[in-house]
Amino acid sequence: MTINQVQDEIIQEFALLDGDREMTVFYIMELGQKLPAIEDRDRTEENVVKGCQSKVWLTATMKNNGLYFSADSNTAITKGLVSLLIRIFTNQTPDDILHADLYFMNKIGMERFIGTQRSNGFAAMIKQMKLYALAFKTKMEIRHD
Amino acid sequence: MPNSTSILSPIDVERIRKEFPILHQQVNGRDLVYFDNAATSQKPAYVIQALTDYYQGYNANIHRGIHTLAERATKAYEATRLTAQQFINAASEQEIIFTRGVTESINLVASSYGRAFLREGDEIILSGLEHHSNIVPWQMVAAEKKAILKIIPVTDEGELDLDGYKKLLTSKTKIIAVNHASNSLGTINPVKEIIQLAHQLGAVVLIDGAQAGAHLPIDVQKMDCDFYCLSSHKMYGPTGTGILYGKKELLEKMPPYQGGGEMIKEVTFEKTTYNDLPYKFEAGTPNIADVIAFKFAMDFITELGKENIAAHEHDLLLYATQQILKLPAVKLVGTATQKVSVLSFRVEGIHHFDIGQMLDARGIAVRTGHHCTQPLMDRYGIEGTVRASFSVYNTKAEIDQLIEGLERIINFMK
Ligand SMILES: Cc1ncc(COP(=O)(O)O)c(C=O)c1O
Repeated sequence: MTINQVQDEIIQEFALLDGDREMTVFYIMELGQKLPAIEDRDRTEENVVKGCQSKVWLTATMKNNGLYFSADSNTAITKGLVSLLIRIFTNQTPDDILHADLYFMNKIGMERFIGTQRSNGFAAMIKQMKLYALAFKTKMEIRHD
Repeated sequence: MPNSTSILSPIDVERIRKEFPILHQQVNGRDLVYFDNAATSQKPAYVIQALTDYYQGYNANIHRGIHTLAERATKAYEATRLTAQQFINAASEQEIIFTRGVTESINLVASSYGRAFLREGDEIILSGLEHHSNIVPWQMVAAEKKAILKIIPVTDEGELDLDGYKKLLTSKTKIIAVNHASNSLGTINPVKEIIQLAHQLGAVVLIDGAQAGAHLPIDVQKMDCDFYCLSSHKMYGPTGTGILYGKKELLEKMPPYQGGGEMIKEVTFEKTTYNDLPYKFEAGTPNIADVIAFKFAMDFITELGKENIAAHEHDLLLYATQQILKLPAVKLVGTATQKVSVLSFRVEGIHHFDIGQMLDARGIAVRTGHHCTQPLMDRYGIEGTVRASFSVYNTKAEIDQLIEGLERIINFMK
């Protein structure tokens, strides 16, 4: 699936919640509970995303031109939020990730239900994922030279 | 007060709630439950009206004007000072200085008194229960003056360890700064005893009354504190104003905090003579509107009666404590025998941010985090708590909603 296909899927899922705040929060946490655990060796200070109020660990690897992220957080809601991003970016190319327009955030009214502080944290996670994409892209280009 | 023997008149919550327009709204599809009163309290309609009346009827700069509006504004502004004097039973109106609130009051004392009278090696005693506002200004002046900070230890229950305090007192002790009640745990501190012990050594004591203003009787003469600080916004009044009380003989020997208009008698380029108390410490055009409305907030408290308010809030605190302890995995943080209506807790295995967010989804406002008391959180080895703090307009039905919300979260996370 393309990045936009996954985003559209997420938008549809959230539409079923009908704007109910409590259901939405529960749903996000449920998504977080399903996120595969991060390896203990990746739970390092270096992998902590800066700019999040909660603690978020994030790391990435590359297989056949596609990126794979893993993440964890000390808060259930943040873990759910990062799981959305992972779902969107899994097995996408660095270029697609770098150019992704994440319109699902507006469509599902993300800022309204997570508040400004968490929105800033969310932006920090996206930035960190794009930085990984850029790093892998640069590495690929050097190898090809 | 819990042990008070005076005859209390029960609080008519339904009538009181009618006076607070903000309470009658839905948040996220449910009736708002406002349990963040330790951060700031809501305002009754007539406090809000006082602001509008001032701006619409008699907005003018105070003290220097001779026209009618200036006269009215000055009278109203000074009426708040008189009310404040009576509210805390200060000996004179000259001992009441308007500030932006507790934070500025503490900064004023640290900066003016601290800079003038601290010497290298002198000691300042704070407590482990303090808000950052009652830590950082002292760190700043201590660094400048090479003075030493010492900290009164906190017990597991969240009370100040008085024996520990006695051990800290020396001939070098110059200032003690502690809160009347803790914003994070609710602990009511034995300020009278702390003050007595300090005075035996000639040290001065500042009491941070942020969490006492709306909840505890305050009599600065009986207490015999040297400085006392209040924030209007935690007492049903507007933001941006508050009080510094200081004993007159101390305020008189302190240098001004800020320079400008209002605080002077005469200015030439060679020399300025300062105005009398309290104006010496009120440089520039003050926050006239909010000071004027603050009077109405204090009147609100006085009319209801502090004892009646305290009794109602104590009732809520007892009920909430009982109910919350029935939930599995809930741990109270702060179990002092004397508490204002603050319930701080943690739920095992669930982060406080998640709890705060989920309660908000049900229209319940609580505070989560370190509550500006990081050293206290370190003392317990935790990052933060969930804090529900109750006010005169809260009800047991609202507490039931909090408990129901928590139950759902705990069940979901299982
Ligand atoms: C105990 C205590 N001290 C000081 C403050 C600071 O008060 P303000 O922000 O009104 O200056 C607060 C407010 O949270 C408080 O609870």
